[in-house]
Amino acid sequence: MTLNRDELANRVAQDIPYGAYVNLGIGAPTLVADHLDPERDVTLHTENGLLGMGRAAVGDEIDPDLINAGKIPVIAEPGHSFFDQAASFAMMRGGHLDVCVLGAFQVSTSGDLANWHTGEPDAIPAVGGAMDLAIGAQQVWVMTDLLTKDGASKLVETCTYPLTGKGCVSRVYTDRAVIAVGPDGAHVIELFGTTLEELNELTGLDLK
Amino acid sequence: MRTKIVPNVATALEGIPDGATVLVGGFGLAGQPIALIDGLLAQGAKDLTIVANNAGNGDTGLAALLKAGRVRKVICSFPRQVDSWVFDGLYRAGKIELEVVPQGNLAERIRAGGAGIGGFFSPTGVGTLLAEGKEERVINGKTYVLESPIRGDVALIGAFKGDRLGNLVYRETSRNFNPVMATAADLVIAQVDQIVEVGELDPESIVTPAIYTDRIVEVGTREWLR
Repeated sequence: MTLNRDELANRVAQDIPYGAYVNLGIGAPTLVADHLDPERDVTLHTENGLLGMGRAAVGDEIDPDLINAGKIPVIAEPGHSFFDQAASFAMMRGGHLDVCVLGAFQVSTSGDLANWHTGEPDAIPAVGGAMDLAIGAQQVWVMTDLLTKDGASKLVETCTYPLTGKGCVSRVYTDRAVIAVGPDGAHVIELFGTTLEELNELTGLDLK
Repeated sequence: MRTKIVPNVATALEGIPDGATVLVGGFGLAGQPIALIDGLLAQGAKDLTIVANNAGNGDTGLAALLKAGRVRKVICSFPRQVDSWVFDGLYRAGKIELEVVPQGNLAERIRAGGAGIGGFFSPTGVGTLLAEGKEERVINGKTYVLESPIRGDVALIGAFKGDRLGNLVYRETSRNFNPVMATAADLVIAQVDQIVEVGELDPESIVTPAIYTDRIVEVGTREWLR
């Protein structure tokens, strides 16, 4: 069976190392937080200046001064700290985060990432922290459906959308497969309800 | 007795000229100096360049300033949001200039502006549209792109508490861009929920030391903290 969103988030969560400092991108990657085993002692970073982010706030917990990068109110875990935006991105750019999980429009087999801009003439470009995150963490993983709504593969030989970062992604978690990408090209780590032949047909690639 | 306290928002904003570059703190609505932005709308300065993370939310604050046609250019990381219809409309109509800067580069460029740094090499954006035309350099085998400092004529800061000397503290994630912006403008104006006596703020915890702040105005506790 191919994985649904929650199952995929759970699969990503299984690979996050014990004690890791992690940034989860806006959108689907946020779901990974719901599947992290507390025993794993993972600390979440959000680029608007909080280390030790907790789950989404509910009811009386909602405080407009305490939000995540998606501007959603959250709670903070014991031992959390606040810092300014320059310090937060220094933390990221300086390689102190172990893992970052991001969404994508396209990822290339060499690890190039496109996730900020469709390049269409009337699109309003908005990058936020995406380019900093793409090159900042020790490991950058992408979590996404393999195919777009129109059935095009998001895993490609060469990105056609404007790049967010070059050669920055090391692993791609999709509903049909987990794939390692990088300077040595792509190779399949795990398949979900899909054969290698089907995967190659869907992506138009020659994956091993 | 030395004091940077001004009696009201109108006084706090005196002297901001047309054409000014204004750094505006905040991430979304958190830490956005709403009272000062509303005051700037009333004050009348136009042809402004706004440096902020976002380009306004809803119809209030920064969005209202944009809507009134007072902003010539926005330098920000993330203009497009679910509630950024004011900016979106102006941009699509060609009525506003936009410079998109990766968020970490934006913060660091402002930090550099405040710290007297003439530029820096950043790995962020290398090989992308946002680095086109910028000088690249390989340092220890890694490629970087040259980024320039940003300074403002004015900075509008949203802080939590301050004292008459100008020391400031922030609350939770409303800190965001405020402390770096407070270092990087010729005229730094802070709104605070509450002004406290000198000595009440823990010196170990003061985030913006007094030297950076020029004017401070008390605007009262925000609704959700009452």
